[in-house]
Amino acid sequence: MIGMLVPAAAFFAAFFILPMFRLFLVGGSGASGWGAYMAIVTNHSYFTSLLATFGVALITTLASLLIGSIVGVFLQRHRFPGRGALVALITLPMAFPGVVVGFMVIMLGGRQGLISQLSMALGGGRVVFAYSLVGLFLGYLYFSLPRTILTVMAATEKLDPKLEEAARSLGAGPWHIVRDVILPGLKPALISAGAICFATAIGAFGTAFTLATRINVLPMVIYTEFTLSANIAMAAALSFVLGALTWAVLALARSAAGNTVVAAA
Amino acid sequence: MFRKSLFVAQLCLTLLVCLFLIVPMLLSVLAGLTENYFVGLSSGLTFRWVIQVWQDYGDTIFRSIWIALACLAVNLLLGVPAAYALRRSNNRWARAFEELLVLPIAVPGLATALALIAAYGGWSELRTSWLFILIGHVLFTLPFMVRSVLAVLGSIDLETLEEGAASLGARFVQRFFHVVLPNCREGTLTGALMVLTLSMGEFNMTWLLHTPFTKTLPVGLADAYASLRLEIGSAYTLLFFLMIVPLLLAMQFLARPRGKSRNAATGKPGSQSIIKEPVTP
Repeated sequence: MIGMLVPAAAFFAAFFILPMFRLFLVGGSGASGWGAYMAIVTNHSYFTSLLATFGVALITTLASLLIGSIVGVFLQRHRFPGRGALVALITLPMAFPGVVVGFMVIMLGGRQGLISQLSMALGGGRVVFAYSLVGLFLGYLYFSLPRTILTVMAATEKLDPKLEEAARSLGAGPWHIVRDVILPGLKPALISAGAICFATAIGAFGTAFTLATRINVLPMVIYTEFTLSANIAMAAALSFVLGALTWAVLALARSAAGNTVVAAA
Repeated sequence: MFRKSLFVAQLCLTLLVCLFLIVPMLLSVLAGLTENYFVGLSSGLTFRWVIQVWQDYGDTIFRSIWIALACLAVNLLLGVPAAYALRRSNNRWARAFEELLVLPIAVPGLATALALIAAYGGWSELRTSWLFILIGHVLFTLPFMVRSVLAVLGSIDLETLEEGAASLGARFVQRFFHVVLPNCREGTLTGALMVLTLSMGEFNMTWLLHTPFTKTLPVGLADAYASLRLEIGSAYTLLFFLMIVPLLLAMQFLARPRGKSRNAATGKPGSQSIIKEPVTP
């Protein structure tokens, strides 16, 4: 029976384990040797882009958790005609590739975007924000919100409304109920959604690629090192580190949320 | 009074978020059908851009469909048996393999693509073939297939079913094809839809793995966004939507909690989330 695992295992070993091992070796084969693996902290410009990457990812995560939990609880608790269709529609973006997400941001905040047209019509001059870190943030939000909303909706469904009623009858105000009843109940779902948000935001390439090559987030730096500078060793080392960081974030969150992230999904 | 205003605030935020998510899609569909987007709708509606995309980029669309179908075939051959083996063998190695299998999702596509190039980039027949892209797509989609089949297999009493069949004299091959496979049909279908959607939209890996002769739809999209007018990029996006939205809706339909479904019986809520693993944009 275990024999049925062999084809998948062989494929995986040949095309993932072995290549990753090669990547690790290539990373140490450049001009700076194994020091390439430290470059992400020792080299000023790499370190800056690491910080920018983490910064955008962190802000995206916090924003989508905050907005996503309010909207998710609201959509789960209220029934109205067309609710199913609305939820179906707003969950489409989480299956869009990064390039399409980037294009959606351009439709909103690009040179011919909606906001720019509105602001011109109102006589306020052209407002363009797509091709910057703000655009990148909105792109990540566009992609992360649907997942967060869905996760929160599923978790809210499992909350026992009796607990809230009990709290209310004991005299707790709305904020009190949110802080002491709803949030603790949603905590595992929020940790899991947040980790996935963060991990996707630090590894995202397509969105940044569509919006601008000037945005200095780590995936763009890796791409530039690989293509423009042909510094393959550095690209390898940086992407190995990026992969390890992403994996670590997910693993950490999984142990914190009690196995609901990725594996148990 | 306070609770009323709290409700209104929540409602406004929800509406705002829905607009933020939906309006760009609508704008893009509209732009793809407008004669001149900058002038606006008054310039008239047209299929001109869609036709132009079809002529210039039709090959990328067919290549993407072909790769997605091939990817599905490989997933069925590798993934379904693997899920079955993982379900039946409860040892440490099986668990470790299950963990490893998810790595290509956790690790950014860029890193996986560079690793594949580092290992096999020198083999030029493979490097220039569409098979190179297929390998990347299979790595990325296999965990989804394995997990969605595993989810179904986990909810049924496979041991009893198989023992029953075996006691009636069914050999392993018979049991696998007549007992196991029919029972995981639903999970396989969900997994299949997911594999098709993800393969059709995969960009991060494909951008590094492709050659000028093996461009896929998302690669073509990136090209069009970077160098062509907004209407053409939009028309191209419209074609992409036409391809993946039906798949996504079918997936949502399958994931819907149903009254008498197995999930309801076991007390597990029919999960609403269709893609539960991180997919890097």
